[in-house]
Amino acid sequence: MKLNCVDFLDISHHFSEDEIMVQHTTREFVDKEIMPDIERHFEAGTIDFDLIPQFGKLGFLGMNLPEEYGCAGMSNVAYGIMCQEMERGDSGIRSFVSVQGSLVMYPIFAYGSEEQRKKWLPKLASGEFIGCFGLTEPNHGSNPGGMLTRATSVEGGYKLNGAKMWITNGTIADIAVVWAKCDDEKIRGFVVEKGMKGFSAPEMKHKWSLRASITSELVFDDVFIPEENLLPNVVGLKGPLGCLNQARFGIGWGAIGSAMAVYEAAVSYAKERVQFGKPIGGFQLIQDKLAWMLTEITKAQMLAIEVGRNKDDGSLRHQQVSMLKRNNVWVARECAKLAREIHGANGITGEYPIMRHLMNIESVYTYEGTHEMHTLVLGEDITGIPAYR
Amino acid sequence: MKICVLMKQVPDKDAALKINATGLGIDTSDLTFVTNESDSYALEEALLLKEAHGGEVVVCTLGADSSLQVVKDALSKGADRGLFLRDDAFDNLDILSLSKVFAAALKDENLDLIFSGLQSDDVGNGQLGLLIAEHLNTSHASLVMETEMVGDSVIKAKRELESGWFQWTELDFPASLTIQSGINTPRYASLRGIMMMKKKTIDTKSAEDLGLNLTPQTSTTKMYIPEKTKETVYVDGTTDEIVSKLVDIFANDIKVL
Repeated sequence: MKLNCVDFLDISHHFSEDEIMVQHTTREFVDKEIMPDIERHFEAGTIDFDLIPQFGKLGFLGMNLPEEYGCAGMSNVAYGIMCQEMERGDSGIRSFVSVQGSLVMYPIFAYGSEEQRKKWLPKLASGEFIGCFGLTEPNHGSNPGGMLTRATSVEGGYKLNGAKMWITNGTIADIAVVWAKCDDEKIRGFVVEKGMKGFSAPEMKHKWSLRASITSELVFDDVFIPEENLLPNVVGLKGPLGCLNQARFGIGWGAIGSAMAVYEAAVSYAKERVQFGKPIGGFQLIQDKLAWMLTEITKAQMLAIEVGRNKDDGSLRHQQVSMLKRNNVWVARECAKLAREIHGANGITGEYPIMRHLMNIESVYTYEGTHEMHTLVLGEDITGIPAYR
Repeated sequence: MKICVLMKQVPDKDAALKINATGLGIDTSDLTFVTNESDSYALEEALLLKEAHGGEVVVCTLGADSSLQVVKDALSKGADRGLFLRDDAFDNLDILSLSKVFAAALKDENLDLIFSGLQSDDVGNGQLGLLIAEHLNTSHASLVMETEMVGDSVIKAKRELESGWFQWTELDFPASLTIQSGINTPRYASLRGIMMMKKKTIDTKSAEDLGLNLTPQTSTTKMYIPEKTKETVYVDGTTDEIVSKLVDIFANDIKVL
């Protein structure tokens, strides 16, 4: 069985049969259900709600979590290749799936009680419930430890006050996994439910990126959170950072899909577009760009599969995920720019997927840890000296 | 209800075909293979019937090792069991001989229904389902666009005729139906389905297993890419002569009058 994506090195033997089948079925789904309408949603700034129950039915949500919670129980590499195919469609669509699986379902699974898992995971897996993740604040992005949102102990639970920003799915979410500082200054995770008094999630408008995805603020004004909504099994920043590590892993794979989309479009355009009597793909400057893209995509694939196998066998270090996210998103960003150059003026229109991917990847470059922060993670890993401050 | 769906792996429709070195076949080395389109609709129809009325769906294919992917895809979509007919002796068999292979493999399955796509997208014989019906002495209907169960052992089928005409016909079990594309919406393989696929059985059968010793009854003498030719005919003469010659060409050469 063979992968049916860009595959210069014939890497199918690195994947199990079911992982390849995940790639096939996701690609077929994206081609038939997402591609035909994505430009319209991107232009309108809307999310295609019809996709969500289909994500659930096909098992894309929290797919690497155990079957007993309604999930598919697949490998991390299978999750990665699914993200690749989703982001080949659109980074906003992949973001939806990443947030639901890695940032909402994962913490409930990893840090929640058995009761909490049974209460929320099956509904999140089926798409009946949508979730969001609240860590970043208006004035605390790369330094989440400085967060101002507070959970004050009261009888029977906590009072939550503060605000979160840049929250994917916030406005449409049924539950939010929110991180806040408690009376002892330690960070804890809470499940905030839609409709709780004092909780609102206004949509952030006028984005020029991830337009087929909802981005919101979360506002907490004396929101009472019952004790049973506290995630009991984690204390400190390692909780949210553990979630981000899951999501960044998927982003590192997803970025390959974005790069593949613009590369495939560029190859096709270069072969068809005739100037000076021959296809522009016959000119050396165009071939140089295509060769660079294919080479970098191929290297990105090899990085992803190695990091994925480390995650599957439990030997993964978070610094490896930083390298994956940092490198592969950069590759996708550069590929989008090169594809835009190859397409000339046509590259800026909605007739081709280039500008959409180019605008999307600008968000991906700085979210879930900026390119620079991941550089510093690697710098500390190399030298043993943190350079964050 | 026990249904067998016959499925085939074919080259992708968009694949650029090249003749192989022998000049007698297609070079398959760089081809992308997919499931034959109408076979996917046949599988979906079988799965819908199973979901509505209970039973078992067996999926059967014949071909190279890579064809096993067709069976696995079908199992991941909900088919219960696979049957893979694999033998070098099956290569290059004519359609009548191939139908004998399928008939031998299916005769002891006690099938109620056999579904197949109406024809394959590669060689396009469009005969397999009907030939098997003859071998196994079952009722049959081709070009089926809709099905409906009548009781436990009769299936109603809407057949596509020509010029926009249709026909409803009732068939007693066992029956072989060839399914038209577009009859339903084929499902995607779900991730849970892919995980379950790994636990399902696929039986592989060779010519020897089936007690067959078949030799091709037809042979290919040449295979070539259709050649495009263009011929321009100049018609000279007076106006009357030109009109007369044109009428003659239209009537007798191009046959449009």
